[in-house]
Amino acid sequence: MGIVGKVAAAAAIVVCGSVFSLALAGSDDQSDAHADKAQLHKLIADYQRPASIPFPEDNPYSDAKSELGKMLFFDPRLSVSNLISCATCHNPSFAWEDAQPLGSGDKMGQLGRHTPTILNLAWSEVFFWDGRADSLEEQALGPIAAAAEMAQPLDELVDELNAIEGYKTAFEAAFPGEGISEDNIAMAIATFERTVVSNLSAFDRWVRGDGQAISASAQRGFVVFNKKARCANCHSGWNFTDDSFHDIGLASDDPGRSEVLGGDILKHAFKTPGLRNIVERAPYMHDGSLQTLSEVVDHYDNGFVERDSLSEEMQQLGLTGDEKTDLIAFLKTLSSNDDPIDLPVLPN
Amino acid sequence: MPVRHKNVLAGFGVVCVLGVAGISVALAAANHEVLEADKKFSAKTLEISVGDTVTFVNNDSIKHNITIKKMKFNSGLQEPGRDVEVMFDKNGKFKVRCGIHPKMKLKVVVN
Ligand code: HEC
Ligand code: HEC
Ligand SMILES: [Cu+2]
Repeated sequence: MGIVGKVAAAAAIVVCGSVFSLALAGSDDQSDAHADKAQLHKLIADYQRPASIPFPEDNPYSDAKSELGKMLFFDPRLSVSNLISCATCHNPSFAWEDAQPLGSGDKMGQLGRHTPTILNLAWSEVFFWDGRADSLEEQALGPIAAAAEMAQPLDELVDELNAIEGYKTAFEAAFPGEGISEDNIAMAIATFERTVVSNLSAFDRWVRGDGQAISASAQRGFVVFNKKARCANCHSGWNFTDDSFHDIGLASDDPGRSEVLGGDILKHAFKTPGLRNIVERAPYMHDGSLQTLSEVVDHYDNGFVERDSLSEEMQQLGLTGDEKTDLIAFLKTLSSNDDPIDLPVLPN
Repeated sequence: MPVRHKNVLAGFGVVCVLGVAGISVALAAANHEVLEADKKFSAKTLEISVGDTVTFVNNDSIKHNITIKKMKFNSGLQEPGRDVEVMFDKNGKFKVRCGIHPKMKLKVVVN
């Protein structure tokens, strides 16, 4: 480390020191306080935001691809009725969800699961609640063709887009010499989706050293989240997910991940969702069964169904009223005030 | 599937690492060993030849799973200490994932 590096590191430590003064106030035992402080520093280190968005080698970022992907994402002509776009369900005004317990697709038919957000999926390993798609590229064509969602035969879609001059130009810019194909539709949409990242939240500013960025209650809630309530055992890292599957004991009988893997592994287990902008994403869970964060916290405290498949991480928590309040105050600090998204002008 | 003792497995780890680093002459159908520990495979990519087998050894304290979507292969639950052996009989690139911990993945390139 050069001298500059050393100075920077020293400064960072000083800044962090002030962040935790509040969490530690009230502890009169000096050595305990030191241990607490060290532990908190360790905890917080796990929540640093990444510096850049990862794009896969076989579908690198380009402006042209992302702009095309955005057009496709917002274009209802991708559905057989020409009425439903990806954004009908993944609506940026609701943190890229639809604010309904269960999604509604073609002919207003109800879907079996709640619409998840597409925020921060560039960092996800597998997609859908049950992880059945291995990449965003693989995922993108699913809803277009799915009878219950957009019900659009893909070969016809390629013809339809080919008949729109503006799309021909946009595909040429994004995929020179390749024309319009199912693969290119998927790659463009996936590229756009990877750019959908939640902005800095109050929590991020706190992690970066602004001790005033979140309230004392939220700071206590952060500790509850990591310790007593065990939330971070599954909702880990800056995007608050371990990208794994767990049965958290919701009453739904959806087989979840077990159906994908076959056999009895991970029955009723679903992908751990990230928790960024969670306030704006109600209602919650794969079945949309919980309406508020307060219901969510009560579920984890002692409201879950006990069954063989239940995750070992799920235990009665015995949270006090104050701890619940603090936990919710903390979850609220994960919301970013993202600028409203500019809607694309679609070619006609 | 035999249940092997942990210490024995540690020994295999050394062999495995050397084996991967030092691939030179591909003899008839080789076996390659990949360890699973701390929710990670011991290699990120593995280059093998058509007909080779790979033995995935769960050296971890938790259950894992071996899923290779492209080959429609799924091991079911892999208990700690257990092996899963897979033969790669086609060339291409294969993504091997633990179906329980999807971050745990490995690319197998079959030449
Ligand atoms: C009719 C509503 C609806 C439409 C239209 C729709 N989706 Fe979805 N989307 C859902 C639902 C519901 C799920 C969860 C399904 C599941 O997990 O089984 C989902 C899941 C996803 C996921 C996985 C998220 C994750 O965390 O794993 C992505 C990505 C996604 N959709 C993108 C798209 C794209 C791209 C389009 C347009 C091509 C689209 N969706 C159209 C409702 C919809
Ligand atoms: C055992 C792992 C695990 C633990 C522990 C855990 N979660 Fe979750 N969480 C999940 C999974 C898996 C889901 C999705 C479950 C489903 O829909 O079936 C989820 C869903 C959620 C959701 C809804 C997200 C959405 O998009 O609908 C919230 C909010 C949430 N958890 C908060 C918490 C809080 C707060 C705690 C601690 C009190 C916690 N979780 C503890 C795994 C866990
Ligand atoms: Cu695993």
